[in-house]
Amino acid sequence: MPKTPLRIGTGAAFSGDRIDPALVLADQGELDFHVFECLAERTIALAQLRKRKDSSKGYDPLFERRMEGLLPLLGKRRFRIVTNMGAANPEAAADVLIAIARRLRVPLKVAVVHGDDVLDRIDLDSPTMETGNPIAEAGSLVSANAYLGAEALLPALASNADVIISGRVADPSLFLGPMVHHYGWALDDFDRLARGTAVGHLLECAGQLCGGYFAEPARKDVPDMAHLGFPFADVDAEGNAVLGKVSGTGGRINLATAKEQLLYEVIDPHGYVTPDVIANFATVRLKETAPDRVAIDGAGGRPRPAKLKVSVGYLAGYIGEGEIGYAGVNALARARLAGDIVRERLGAAFPKLRIDLIGSTSLHGRSFDTEERPYEVRLRVAGRAATAEQAMTIGEEVEALYTNGPGGGGGTRKYVHEQIGIVSTLIDRERVTTRITFKEWNGHAEAA
Amino acid sequence: MPKLHELAHCRAGDKGDTSILSLIAYRPEDYPLLAQRVTIEAVKRHLRGIVEGEVRRYELPELWALQFVCEHSLGGGVTTSLGLDAHGKSLSYALLEMVV
Repeated sequence: MPKTPLRIGTGAAFSGDRIDPALVLADQGELDFHVFECLAERTIALAQLRKRKDSSKGYDPLFERRMEGLLPLLGKRRFRIVTNMGAANPEAAADVLIAIARRLRVPLKVAVVHGDDVLDRIDLDSPTMETGNPIAEAGSLVSANAYLGAEALLPALASNADVIISGRVADPSLFLGPMVHHYGWALDDFDRLARGTAVGHLLECAGQLCGGYFAEPARKDVPDMAHLGFPFADVDAEGNAVLGKVSGTGGRINLATAKEQLLYEVIDPHGYVTPDVIANFATVRLKETAPDRVAIDGAGGRPRPAKLKVSVGYLAGYIGEGEIGYAGVNALARARLAGDIVRERLGAAFPKLRIDLIGSTSLHGRSFDTEERPYEVRLRVAGRAATAEQAMTIGEEVEALYTNGPGGGGGTRKYVHEQIGIVSTLIDRERVTTRITFKEWNGHAEAA
Repeated sequence: MPKLHELAHCRAGDKGDTSILSLIAYRPEDYPLLAQRVTIEAVKRHLRGIVEGEVRRYELPELWALQFVCEHSLGGGVTTSLGLDAHGKSLSYALLEMVV
């Protein structure tokens, strides 16, 4: 009988996430698996651009820092790491990891999951899920990665690798893989897969289950957010679980935090689609069993989709931005005047110029509070351009308001960002072949 | 006339140009009121100028929650929007401004 429950922790919700809570969980969480989900929609396309500039790059920018903290703990504890921090270059990430293992003298075996990169085999005539137009219309493609499922991780999990590094794997599948491996669930046992997927979905955003992206003073108080803990789940053989976090860490797990995360980014609560299963979250039951402990069961499953989703990144030009601030009497009117001036000067070159009043209407386009008159307001102007040079003209125009615009304008900033667009399409499963390779440092002195 | 903020909490998520807004009652006895008042039409009216596409609503009584899936609400999508909050992360608090 496999060990029950299986404890799986979350070490990251995105590429730029905090590192220290992952180390606390690694050290004190008594984990079986530590899962790091670091690929948002655009992340892999940006990684691909880095790889083009330097073939030894293209993995997660914080990979080394995370692993330098984790490896000493991996040597002491018995958990295994599963992560998509390989991004556009899992092979290079594994090389770097072996070098760190050698330096820190921690014997280590790494499994690399290949096969998500399908840029060389996607059908450019296939329609995007967003508009139905052919992918080719997106222009210059930089990446195309299929969302792999738990199945792709199984050969690596069946090995004795300490760390499993992949590129694109569906977020909950990173968590489901260890459950399927540990309990030997069949890949057509869709109810268990759905329950495991619900648990993975709750875990994948790390701090967001523990009061992050949730807290509001007086209404939804969360203690000690500066030391917000990351969550773990104790998963049983049926796929039911109890969610928790290490005692002494900040944050809170309760019904409210769990419900918000269960529904987060779910387009259809009756049919949450992953490569492994279509899960029904509407029947999920949540129950607080102790402070910072929530039990989950009740998800149901239907057969997995016939095709895999592919996320395609393309070059989408540049965005230029400029900002300037106004304060005191008539600040709003002076900021509006400044915006009008810039629109008049740039309108011909940038017909879709966006003008925001930060402190008033920048986030929602208008204020729901009719009485509010901000003491200070910041004008922001943004527009899209084909070249970086053209994008820069927006910031330059805003900066010129120093000496040519309304009174009291200060603190200008100008930015240019290269834009990566994302569209999605579907690919036949047969066209996506996965394989595993291994790298190892066994702890002995190197041969000369 | 209370704002939704007094009765419920909300989290915003995104997929492409679609904003997904959960609305979760703090107390189970308030769920029927939410289900009755916070209709698709009411949400479209309240979020006019933000939500430009169709809205779907899912009723989730087990969770005391409604889920709103709002298409064409993120200025073309996270990756190419000119907006400051391209993900629409702050839209949860726009929905909670609704008076019921």
